[in-house]
Amino acid sequence: MGWFGPHGGGDGTFARGIHPPANKHFSTGCAIEVVPCPERVVLPLQQNVGGPCTPVVKPRQKVAWGELVGRGEAFVSSALHAPVAGTVERPAMTTLPNGRHMPAIAIRTEDPGLTGQDLWEAVFGGPWSNDCIGSYEPQQIHEAILEAGIVGLGGAAFPTHVKINPNTQKPIHTLVVNGCECEPYLTADDQLMRQAPDAIIAGAFLAGYAVGARRVVIGVEDNKPEAVESLRRAVGRTGIEVAVLKTKYPQGSEKHLIKAVLGREVPLGGLPADVGVAIGNVGTMAAVARAVVRNRPLTHRVICVTGAGVARPKNLMVPIGISIGEIIDYCGGLTAEAARIVAGGPMMGFAVADRATPVTKGTSGITVLTAKDIETSAAGPCVRCGRCVEVCPMGLVPTKLAQAARTGDLRLARRHNILACFECGACAYSCPARIPLVQWIRVGKTQVARSQGR
Amino acid sequence: MKTSGMKNKDNDKTAAANAGFGPALTEVASSPHLVESGRTTRRMMIDVLLALVPVAGAAVYFFRWPAVRQMAICLAACLAAEALFALMRRHRPPLADGSAAVTALILALSLPVTAPWYTAVIGSVAAIGVGKALFGGLGMNLFNPAMVGRAFVMISFAGALGAAGYQDPGSSIDVMTQATPLTAFQQSGVSAGLADLFLGRTNGSLGETSALACLIGGLFLCIRRSAAWRIPAAMLAAAGIIALLDTGLGVEGWTAAHHLFSGAMLFGAFFIATDPVSSPLTPLGQIIYGAGIGALVMVIRLFSGYPEGVMFAVLLMNALTPLINRWTIPTPFGGQ
Repeated sequence: MGWFGPHGGGDGTFARGIHPPANKHFSTGCAIEVVPCPERVVLPLQQNVGGPCTPVVKPRQKVAWGELVGRGEAFVSSALHAPVAGTVERPAMTTLPNGRHMPAIAIRTEDPGLTGQDLWEAVFGGPWSNDCIGSYEPQQIHEAILEAGIVGLGGAAFPTHVKINPNTQKPIHTLVVNGCECEPYLTADDQLMRQAPDAIIAGAFLAGYAVGARRVVIGVEDNKPEAVESLRRAVGRTGIEVAVLKTKYPQGSEKHLIKAVLGREVPLGGLPADVGVAIGNVGTMAAVARAVVRNRPLTHRVICVTGAGVARPKNLMVPIGISIGEIIDYCGGLTAEAARIVAGGPMMGFAVADRATPVTKGTSGITVLTAKDIETSAAGPCVRCGRCVEVCPMGLVPTKLAQAARTGDLRLARRHNILACFECGACAYSCPARIPLVQWIRVGKTQVARSQGR
Repeated sequence: MKTSGMKNKDNDKTAAANAGFGPALTEVASSPHLVESGRTTRRMMIDVLLALVPVAGAAVYFFRWPAVRQMAICLAACLAAEALFALMRRHRPPLADGSAAVTALILALSLPVTAPWYTAVIGSVAAIGVGKALFGGLGMNLFNPAMVGRAFVMISFAGALGAAGYQDPGSSIDVMTQATPLTAFQQSGVSAGLADLFLGRTNGSLGETSALACLIGGLFLCIRRSAAWRIPAAMLAAAGIIALLDTGLGVEGWTAAHHLFSGAMLFGAFFIATDPVSSPLTPLGQIIYGAGIGALVMVIRLFSGYPEGVMFAVLLMNALTPLINRWTIPTPFGGQ
């Protein structure tokens, strides 16, 4: 029996892509632990795609847990809330995981408030009723998401209220919920689906209702049978479907998830809404439920701390703004082999060099790789073997894009649709000459964007 | 492609005390942070050398020690030329990448065993020098280096290396006393036995005579994905269809199977046409390229004075490769 019944559309996978070793064993099945409240949190003013938020607190001001500290001004921006109760410090600068310097609001904790199991219960636990749908208007759900400062928790950090918006010009027929977690190593979403399926289902139900979707489908890769089982038990009478997809990287890319679930291709340069689809990560859905039902903002998230470079890999619930250094210390510190710390998964994450780098809303994990994992051999010449073409999920010719970037040939870059690349890294992973294709393509995309801006 | 560690610009005292994971960890690099282990350019070259083992083995079996001598001369000359041209450009000789050894063996195996030693040397120097180094080294060449070297000596020493040069009536090695199967058929209408062609009991260039050895090595290359399977598949399909149209069920005992198993058809399909550098990148491009070679080989065999045409077919299609790449830009995901 297929996973979507007679009215499906997708075949559960997409063309090309790669099968890197999953390496999920480090943290698979580790129950989510609640990290003790840090002494201090640093909240970068921009953690999302779009515009930064404006601080609404002053130094030395007392803030309560969940109080608004930054307001999103632009439509595509999001609000920021205090994940702890404490005192605002002097304006600080911090480095985002992606290397950008960013002004931040630092808060010194005074009252740890809820901790441990109590905090878990407040955020994800407890009953999540699915019968309350009639008591919320779509607009009300949209506003609750906006006020809670929710962004996509899968990594891209696109403000969720922009997507979950009943006034959209393009009618939405399906909400696809992303539970793929196709990045190697990471297990945070997997564990959240196992431990808090009710929150995810409730959020998906509310978000689906808000966008006017007739169908809600949760896509999960087939290497997470426990998560699938857990979600299916929680679905109840909501009519939400759980689609089991083939494990392949990058199945969690939204375009490829829509292709696998519904068989529709988002047009080149378009958005999921162009094919009538809204899409959000499972963690995002849980945050939506919390915002709407409990009227609580996004202050905590689940992350995965994993890899052979960390002493005790774990899945953790952490406050936004805690430093990566503290989290690693909580997990027993680094091992002797640790060679690179990556914010996010190893395929698309950012290497960080600073312990003080804060966890942002988009940080899905901390992967500590060893020297053996990263294999830093020098790049050789391209022998045009075509492996990058064989694996590119977007159907591009990565080596040509890299060549265009290296030689500054913007016409070649455009002819080969450089802007369609979403930097999944399948090409560079597969390149036998070890050419940093993604790095070159980023250079090329910047050049093209700059030339178009002129 | 690494930048040195970012300086912590945080002006806050606590954060500054907290900064840095230590010297070994302050290196940042672009994603992805993983690579497919065991797949390197060098490994691809080693795969080609491994795939050539059955072919070289068959050559030694049928042509005895002159085959060994030929391969040794080409190897020595190609490696020396590679080192020489690298040193002239003040580069470290890239002998370890294995590409010069691959060129050497393919050149050696594509020459007749009767080739005088100096033709092998000159061919090797031309292959590495004109075929590769002049374009900028590995990955930059437009034409298959081994075929450049072979074409150079074939034309320069037409007497020794032409169709007649393959035959040595006085040789103590049995197969060398006969004409090559393609020449014999073209000039006197004599068809070689299919079993002889398949196993390699015929005269010809060193590596091309045994269809069986070429198939074993070639399939290994394709399974290892060190050669693009679409190229040999398209080449043999195109050549086979044209051969069928020409011969029908056989002309004087010469069938389409004879066409596929004779000459350098299989050796060329699996080892020469699949050179990644001089063949197209895109899947459709690889099919067009392979089919083009197969068709050109048959055109040369059927309508020209040459009994065989793999070398010219490959070189001609090499010249078209940049255009094929341009014509066959794949439609991206979500594109029209």
